[in-house]
Amino acid sequence: MRYLSTSAEQQALMLKALGLHSLEDLLTSIPEAIRLRSPLDLPPALSEPELLARFGELEAGNAPRILSFLGAGVNQHFIPLVIDSLCSRGEFLTSYTPYQAEISQGTLQAVFEFQTFICQLTGMEISNASMYDGSSALAEAVLMARRISRRGRVLMARTVHPEYRSVVETVTQHQDLTIQTVDHGDDGRLDPAELEARLGEDVGALVVQSPNFLGNLESLDILADLCRQKGVLLVVNIAELLSLGIVRSPGSVGADIVCGEAQSMGISPGYGGPHLGFLATREKFVRNLPGRLVGQTVDRHGQRGYVLTLATREQHIRREKATSNICTNQNLTALMVTLFCSLLGRKGLRELAIQNVAKVQYGLAALRKLPVDVLFEGPRFNEFVLQLNRPYREVEEKFHSAGVVPGLPLARFDPRLENALLVSITETKSRAEIDRLVELVEAAA
Amino acid sequence: MKFTRTGRHLNLNEGLIFERSSPGRTGYDLPRLDVPAVDLGAALGADNLREPIPGFPEVSEVDVVRHFTRLASWNYSIDAGMYPLGSCTMKYNPRLNERVAGMKGLAESHPLSPESLVQGSLEVLRLLADCLAEISGMDAVSLQPPAGASGELTGILMIRACLSSRGNPRRIVLIPDSAHGTNPASAVIAGYEVQSLKSDSRGCIDLNGLERAMNDEVAALMLTNPNTLGIFEQDIVSIARIVHDRGGLVYMDGANLNALMGITRPGSFGVDVLHINLHKTFSTPHGGGGPGAGPVAVKQVLEPFLPVPTVERREDRSYFLNWDRPDSIGKVKAFYGNFLTLVRALAYILANGAEGLREASQVAILNANYIKHHLRDVYDLPYDEPILHEVVFSSRRQTRNNLTVMDLAKRLMDYGFHPPTVAFPLIVQGALMIEPSETESRQELDQFIHAMRCIAEEADTDPDLLKQAPHSTRVSRLDEVQAARRPVLRWKPDEADEQDS
Repeated sequence: MRYLSTSAEQQALMLKALGLHSLEDLLTSIPEAIRLRSPLDLPPALSEPELLARFGELEAGNAPRILSFLGAGVNQHFIPLVIDSLCSRGEFLTSYTPYQAEISQGTLQAVFEFQTFICQLTGMEISNASMYDGSSALAEAVLMARRISRRGRVLMARTVHPEYRSVVETVTQHQDLTIQTVDHGDDGRLDPAELEARLGEDVGALVVQSPNFLGNLESLDILADLCRQKGVLLVVNIAELLSLGIVRSPGSVGADIVCGEAQSMGISPGYGGPHLGFLATREKFVRNLPGRLVGQTVDRHGQRGYVLTLATREQHIRREKATSNICTNQNLTALMVTLFCSLLGRKGLRELAIQNVAKVQYGLAALRKLPVDVLFEGPRFNEFVLQLNRPYREVEEKFHSAGVVPGLPLARFDPRLENALLVSITETKSRAEIDRLVELVEAAA
Repeated sequence: MKFTRTGRHLNLNEGLIFERSSPGRTGYDLPRLDVPAVDLGAALGADNLREPIPGFPEVSEVDVVRHFTRLASWNYSIDAGMYPLGSCTMKYNPRLNERVAGMKGLAESHPLSPESLVQGSLEVLRLLADCLAEISGMDAVSLQPPAGASGELTGILMIRACLSSRGNPRRIVLIPDSAHGTNPASAVIAGYEVQSLKSDSRGCIDLNGLERAMNDEVAALMLTNPNTLGIFEQDIVSIARIVHDRGGLVYMDGANLNALMGITRPGSFGVDVLHINLHKTFSTPHGGGGPGAGPVAVKQVLEPFLPVPTVERREDRSYFLNWDRPDSIGKVKAFYGNFLTLVRALAYILANGAEGLREASQVAILNANYIKHHLRDVYDLPYDEPILHEVVFSSRRQTRNNLTVMDLAKRLMDYGFHPPTVAFPLIVQGALMIEPSETESRQELDQFIHAMRCIAEEADTDPDLLKQAPHSTRVSRLDEVQAARRPVLRWKPDEADEQDS
């Protein structure tokens, strides 16, 4: 096997040194009765060329060259080549968790830079080293809010990503929490008046997403004021981080915890993962923050360096009393985001965000001329809800045969939206491609 | 930027990316906007807009490549050398895995695509699930958990759902005192109390202790096999029987599965559910601490409770996502798992085949025993039992001169090795937990053994040398106390100005 460095001859010599005759002699501690008596029933071993061919077949099982307007938390954006090139370096790719700081300064400094980027984007004071993905970051944010507030009721906007809501439900189900859903108003956003009535003394946190699952920006400033009056923590989930290139940060209007998904910034859709969760908050909540943290310090000679810090919150020290069971971050995808922010920088992030706004407005203007409805008119970044005149499933085949996926059918998530699609138009779509979408919608309408 | 003369190459002085910033520099190009520009205030609402972000860097592509290449040079990695980290299974990460995970059709597939357009992605999921079921001897697999700890939580939630469906979720999870810290933390999130089981004199589960602890309030035993001492629980069949007889279930932490492939299967020794760390046994890269993947494999009794959706096949042989599973615990991660990590693990399994996987486990066991044999006269072996893939020494003989196990670990860096896992498992004083994996050649092992023997000698003759170690790294020993006492968790623009002045 090409991944082994120990030949049969070497094995024999090593066994001899141990006073043994065969590899089987090393297995005496495993009772005979439970030993496997026949080889595992697996596909035969493949050489490199064979394996590439096999994966070529698997890849070909996915339809090629589809023009897709899918988003919904997995967004299609430009990914500079340098990201893959640097992340493929063995020193980043094949290193372990940086517990031994002196030989992990590359990883640690990059995470420190990541934490800074997340603070800058969200407008918050501190960020952890990242979480599995947006859904798990939100679940951790809800548990964190529970620890801080000591209140057992959480209000969650229905317009939070449905996949995230179900993960929160699964992870928090035995934590003495009641999660209640708040529906959106006619404009596809939370109705502050209705919300005010429901924000009682026993509510620990309000959880909202912006832009929300219907593509609309929530009025975070109004929501933050309401929360402040009632002593409720405002948790803001961001499923499209690139929006913060142009949209005011949740931190600047008074959010207490900001979490979300950073896939937009340099990470490929990858059929759903690995992506990157982030979690940021105020400095005063640092002891309640789950996940790894990198901090700055000095070495014996006074040189600046970085270490994992405040580990007394974590499971390897605290075991059952830890703030979370999570013991890892998503370091390599966090590096992708760090590289993306570095490359795009102050000017590029803004320019990219503005292109998204322009493309979506161009598409909307054309679609509004057709006999279809754009639902929930309001401020939006790069997504919107399009209402056809008939259930989408009746026309789906027409789109597919033209090589187009026009958006995500929303019927599965809300029966009131049976004819509706969530459409994402990012900077990756050319004018001609948007025109093609509009043409097909017109034909299907 | 401050320039500190270190007497070494310039790349030791690399500052933060923010400190490299220079107004007007950019590291990207976008296509020219081909639609009309818009009034941002009108489109988003004037109140919703933000100004360019203060302190966000302005650097060129060259700056970025230089900066991160220099950072990379400060990292140890499996490409550079051995990582003898116990229970972490740091093995070689084949580049072929990276190539297939980067295939456009897989990397760019969208998780919400219509199923008919992503049959390839679904086939990858199904194929890997089937392979893992075969390797573990279990009946069904969910690939959704994104990491080991998430797999643990998923498994315990399923146990809870199963017991609830029988009328009583019970109250307690039993965990040996040698277990990983995530085990108790995960059990607590699933709503259980944790009761610790004391290991016996062999470092294994004490059957009598288990008998006494096992009652109608115990939901599950959570064990690791081979355990964190590298010892196979020889009484595993009796252990499982004691738990099952009282209506409990057996959870296995699969962190040490690298010892068992093709040799024995958890499904044959009474395990009801285990998680598998693909970033350990199945060679997916650690990436400096994630992403990994922690699929869970279950016996029939827990199958109804698997997370949704499962990947299944219709009679016409097409694959689909089955959401119609009324007893499911729900979702533990958005979408279907860390898909591109799963792709890498599948590539590893297909490259090895049954023979290759068995040989990997056997050589991993041989390597660990070789190290044990050549160090046992120098380092204490508190549990001198037959071991499989890892060995745990105590450093108590070496730390008599007011040294700690960490001093030994740091000194190993000067010999060009990453230190072993230290101070864990907790039942061994000054533990040095060594797992070489099958990746290492005899020459590499001999060098490691030599380094460990030299350090043992230095501990006697020159303890200060160890106290001050490492001596050859970019930074010397870092002040962790200061980092925790006055946390600096991000860079700020004004602080940089202070440093400049």
